[in-house]
Amino acid sequence: MLDSHSTQEMGATIHALIALHQHRPGALLPLLHAIQDSVGFIPEAAYAPISKALALSVAEVHGVVTFYHHFRTHKAGQHVMQICRAESCQAMGSEALEAHAKKCLNVDYHQTTADGAITLEPVYCLGNCALSPSVMVGDEIYGRVTAADLDALILEARHAEAKA
Amino acid sequence: MVTKIYIPRDSSALAMGADKVAIAVVAEAKNRGLEVEVIRNGSRGLYWLETMVEVATANGRVAYGPVKVKDVPSLFDADFIDGKAHALSLGLTEEIDWLKKQQRLTFARVGITDPVSLDDYIAHDGYNGLKNALKLSGADIVKIVTDSGLRGRGGAAFPTGIKWNTVLGCEAEQKYIVCNADEGDSGTYSDRMIMEGDPFVLIEGMTIAGVAVGATRGYIYLRSEYPHALIALNEAIANAEKAGYLGDNVLGSGKAFHLEVRRAAGAYVCGEETSLLESLEGKRGLVRFKPPLPAIEGLFGKPTVVNNVISLATVPIILDKGAQFYADYGMGRSRGTLPIQLAGNLKHSGLVELAFGATLRELLYDFGGGSFTGKPIRAVQVGGPLGAYLPESQFDTPLDYEEFTKIWAVLGHGGIVAFDDSVDMAKMARYAFEFCAIESCGKCTPCRIGSTRGVEVIDKITSGKDHARNIALVRDLSDTMLNGSLCALGGMTPYPVLSALNHFGEDFGIGDFGLSQESKAG
Repeated sequence: MLDSHSTQEMGATIHALIALHQHRPGALLPLLHAIQDSVGFIPEAAYAPISKALALSVAEVHGVVTFYHHFRTHKAGQHVMQICRAESCQAMGSEALEAHAKKCLNVDYHQTTADGAITLEPVYCLGNCALSPSVMVGDEIYGRVTAADLDALILEARHAEAKA
Repeated sequence: MVTKIYIPRDSSALAMGADKVAIAVVAEAKNRGLEVEVIRNGSRGLYWLETMVEVATANGRVAYGPVKVKDVPSLFDADFIDGKAHALSLGLTEEIDWLKKQQRLTFARVGITDPVSLDDYIAHDGYNGLKNALKLSGADIVKIVTDSGLRGRGGAAFPTGIKWNTVLGCEAEQKYIVCNADEGDSGTYSDRMIMEGDPFVLIEGMTIAGVAVGATRGYIYLRSEYPHALIALNEAIANAEKAGYLGDNVLGSGKAFHLEVRRAAGAYVCGEETSLLESLEGKRGLVRFKPPLPAIEGLFGKPTVVNNVISLATVPIILDKGAQFYADYGMGRSRGTLPIQLAGNLKHSGLVELAFGATLRELLYDFGGGSFTGKPIRAVQVGGPLGAYLPESQFDTPLDYEEFTKIWAVLGHGGIVAFDDSVDMAKMARYAFEFCAIESCGKCTPCRIGSTRGVEVIDKITSGKDHARNIALVRDLSDTMLNGSLCALGGMTPYPVLSALNHFGEDFGIGDFGLSQESKAG
């Protein structure tokens, strides 16, 4: 739960980002990226000021946010773990890897672990198809991932979380 | 003397620990008091050997791989910085058979140069194409591209020169060059390799396109799953701007060309050109009706060239060496080379650039080395998630757009995904529908609803319920999607579905098993 101070801070950040991006051609996607990069998600409270600045309806902003898989409307865990579900990774056993991850983390896709450390997401190709199966944690990509590798990645993410 | 050591910054090399290897090499050299310069190059594309470390010697570059952090001390012990032997020695890079057998035109510099060094790019024939283009009229540039026979490498294979000519012929105060870098097809990564390994070649190609058709602004629509490509592109663009290769007055020609990278947001359908344009305009990525063609009414309603990364990155060598040079490669109406991406269950996966005409079998076995698991290769999917599955009996098909059309398959973006005999093809057909349902933009009914109904029908087939009737139903549904969808997402999902059904019917219970299922049910 965000306290009122951080809510205020977030509002100020969003307004600053709107001012920075609103005059670019096709500003909405770059703006949403900037907000998510900075705040971690697109808060619903941002819809009204965005729609005002870009002369769009709130429904249009909502439509764009929800159309794209990349944008999230709620805060994610400390780390986002994406497991590739596409054909090349399937040919190298990604299904077993997905099942292993869900079991170890005790979550399904689009959910966050109870300790808030990891959000699990599916992804459809990371362009690492020569070294399938692939997993991405944050911006770090991993290839030829085994169940043991995945355990190590989970441990590492949780350790980083505990330190932070 | 400072020894130059090359360690890739390519995503797939990073996925195998290239950053850690680079840090270990620098630290070990420092400990031993050796002077080395580590250059973060692109990948040579021999991915099973990543992290591949190369050392510049008097005889040429010597390669070692796959190098792990733990191997670094022993490499120094063996004097690898003088190119000496080690258990991981691969010999002179240029002499590696897998690389030597290729015809690298678009990928001429990838893995060789420092991707973001403009000096390195220029020292390796970079910007020769643009310099030639600036001496020519727009119509002459377009003619060279047309005569080269270059066709859209994104998958549709539409002649690039003809598209450019339409934009050239439009009168408008603003035109755009848009690069489709939303490489979402599973089994493809050549766009990524170019953007991470030789971003200047894409920048040069787009600049030439701009000069040719009179467009002053370009956008690279880059998928959000490629953070390392974003970094390399932005670095390269900044360097090109500083040196006057981009900006208000490109190389003093009086012509302007500005370039910007825009991040996509994880929607597969935005690889479709009209949906991509909607997304660039800041909207939901809904597919547009055609006509009007994007060449006439594209981005913000202005004439727009939309080309794939590989198409644009191939333009510089054509303008440098001439249309005939490029057209001399290839077969039939498929001229030039195709950067093929080997993926999935293969021993030696990686980037193979060859003239059109090589067979699938050569790629799977001579280059790919057979399956990774050692089991027989049962099926391959060529051309991404919307491409057909091919059985062993079709492995002698040459890679050529028209030859693939003849067997109801597509070359697409040149990705080849191999599966061993543990694959369940009914499951792959189900996945094709499932993927379509997840990624459908929702504008047309066959795609939006057909994909979900498709999943249900496949489930009925595999559970043996009304078997014959549901087989007929999935064919009928596929026919509707093929002919009634607005774009290739719904329109081509039947390729993997029906090819799986036609070539691997036993997985759908067709044959003895199917009959007995049916008779049980009936």
